[in-house]
Amino acid sequence: MKKEKRKSNYLRAIGAIAWKDLAAELRSRELLSGMLVFSLLVILIFNFALELDAKTRTSVTAGVLWVTFVFAGTLGLNRSMAIEKDRGCLDGLLLAPVDRSAIYFGKVISNLAFMIIVEIIILPTYSFLYNINLFQPGLLLVILLGSIGYTAVGTLLSAMSVQTRTRDVMLPILLFPIIVPVLIAAVKASNGYLQGLPTDQILPWINLLIVYDVIFIAISFMVFDYIVEE
Amino acid sequence: MNSKPTALKALDIISIILLAVATYLALVYAPTEKVMGDVQRVFYFHVATAWVGLLGFVAAGVSGVAYLKTQDLKWDLVEQAAVEISLIFFFLAIVLGSIWARPIWNTWWTWDPRLTSASIVELIYLAYFMLRQGIDDPDKRARFGAVYTLVGAISVPITFLSIRMFRTIHPVVIGSKSAAADGGFNMTGDMKLAFFFALFAFTIIFIDLFWNRIRLGQLQQRIEQLKLKVME
Amino acid sequence: MIEVKKLIKRFGLKTILRGMDFSVEEGEFVALIGPNGAGKSTFLRILASLTRPTLGKVSVAGYSLPKESAEVRHELGVVSHLPLLYVDLTAEENLKFYGKMYNLPDLTTRTNEVLEMVGLTARRGDLVRTYSRGMQQRLAIGRAVLHDPSVMLFDEPYTGLDQDASAMLDDVLRTVAARGRTVVMTSHDLARTEDLATRFDVLSRGKIAASATKKDFGNGNLLSFYKDVLAEGKKQ
Repeated sequence: MKKEKRKSNYLRAIGAIAWKDLAAELRSRELLSGMLVFSLLVILIFNFALELDAKTRTSVTAGVLWVTFVFAGTLGLNRSMAIEKDRGCLDGLLLAPVDRSAIYFGKVISNLAFMIIVEIIILPTYSFLYNINLFQPGLLLVILLGSIGYTAVGTLLSAMSVQTRTRDVMLPILLFPIIVPVLIAAVKASNGYLQGLPTDQILPWINLLIVYDVIFIAISFMVFDYIVEE
Repeated sequence: MNSKPTALKALDIISIILLAVATYLALVYAPTEKVMGDVQRVFYFHVATAWVGLLGFVAAGVSGVAYLKTQDLKWDLVEQAAVEISLIFFFLAIVLGSIWARPIWNTWWTWDPRLTSASIVELIYLAYFMLRQGIDDPDKRARFGAVYTLVGAISVPITFLSIRMFRTIHPVVIGSKSAAADGGFNMTGDMKLAFFFALFAFTIIFIDLFWNRIRLGQLQQRIEQLKLKVME
Repeated sequence: MIEVKKLIKRFGLKTILRGMDFSVEEGEFVALIGPNGAGKSTFLRILASLTRPTLGKVSVAGYSLPKESAEVRHELGVVSHLPLLYVDLTAEENLKFYGKMYNLPDLTTRTNEVLEMVGLTARRGDLVRTYSRGMQQRLAIGRAVLHDPSVMLFDEPYTGLDQDASAMLDDVLRTVAARGRTVVMTSHDLARTEDLATRFDVLSRGKIAASATKKDFGNGNLLSFYKDVLAEGKKQ
């Protein structure tokens, strides 16, 4: 009975954390608008830096999209953790009688939601601007899997970087070398779908993404305690 | 504690002798490779330094886990020592590799899995030191360092795999029958001797450096302790 | 309610608490006073299960730390100089959020009670961003008593408050303490502390240097008592 109660408490806490992040964000829209404007600017810069004419477009679209998501993602991750740290809210969460990993999973869910909202807006915009159909189920699956891996590691490392003196610079420096596999696999798989490659050539990359997601969610679950406790 | 242990002094001397012998074997004793010429001699130390880098990388990951389990700052010293040695030796391996690659592949740099993974390890280590620098509380610094080395130790093999899924042009020297293309070669007996001796010598050098660095860390800690005592 | 024996806390090589002994009976209101850097905040963070003790025994409400920290957290309400509130949520949403974290049943009733108690019912629907420092601090107390804890910890609750806000906070603190709760408070504001607390412990150099009740030094003499204790410590 006691165990049952604990379990419901755990899930309720995860839900509460994710909900309050989304509720606060829908009101202030600081984080999402920052991520969105930044994403559009990155695409604009790529447009001129790479001269995205019809021919180059097919081969570089996947890369452009993922670089955009990754850069915009660090903005969101940084901000989302800074909100917890700056007013001592992280202490408030730690004082609650729930396992610390509930905080991790709550934050992963809200960070993932922010990523997906940005992606939902960026994808049609990109499709519209460059006349490429990005709405293929396979591609969307790759974007989801890649975003999960990215936020799983990003949430863990942002909880660390926010506690350092040089926190704004710290997150990308910590995060980028760790997420190289996600980036490679996601770009390769996205490219595969955009070029219309057969599924058996794309599948290894999707498998790699799934393996990465599972491994890093498990690792973060195990080490998150060490990052928030003193 | 204050004077250097005799065993360590002996190991220092052995390391220097081994390095000298390994150098002789690589530069003089081993026959010149037919196709590549003298530049191939870089290979002996290139592999050996990369090997030490790898040893350090594994040691860092293991001591990170050990620290998280025990919360004993001793493991933090070990971890730092491992990271520093690994950082230097991977750097040497990359430089030596480039010297070899230039005449053979006609380029200083290729995005080959081993080379790229080694440079990503270097970036992870630089991030590691920046992370540590940004934290004042020694326990927290050690904990974050341990978590980050652990995360790095798990991601790098996956990185290696994923880059390998692109095609590689790095020669597979050992255990490959048709390596002659792309700068691969079959080692003669004398080459093998030079090669394995270099590996052995650098393993001993690794142990020697590791030991010295840990001892240095302990002395540093002792100084901090004494300083605090004086201040009180 | 609180038992601390031979507590040692080190940060790396630096020792903050050196074999501290401390105990609080049920219903006592203990003020912990001492110079900056004496380890007051660190000590409260240990009691709050936010920081692990290096050595020594700590038990709160019958549960030992850090082993049974989940049980301790059920019994504990903490107010620090930071409000621990989300500024883009309303007062009501903040309380409901923390209520879910504590898995409280019947959140609406409890939230209403607490808002009434800290005098924020009228502004329950406003964003915390629009609150004054004093109102935020009252809401912070509401957040801390939401799950009806038996032990309360206040870490410098007056920081950044003006006179009026401080007086109002006094009232709320009294209400909180009047319910038979055990309270430990740190503060630099000796005058206010003297009015509120029943016992005064001086923390100096990582140990309790002296402990006294109001009877021991007479009304209005807390400051001189405190100065004497510190002067005594310097001589040694």
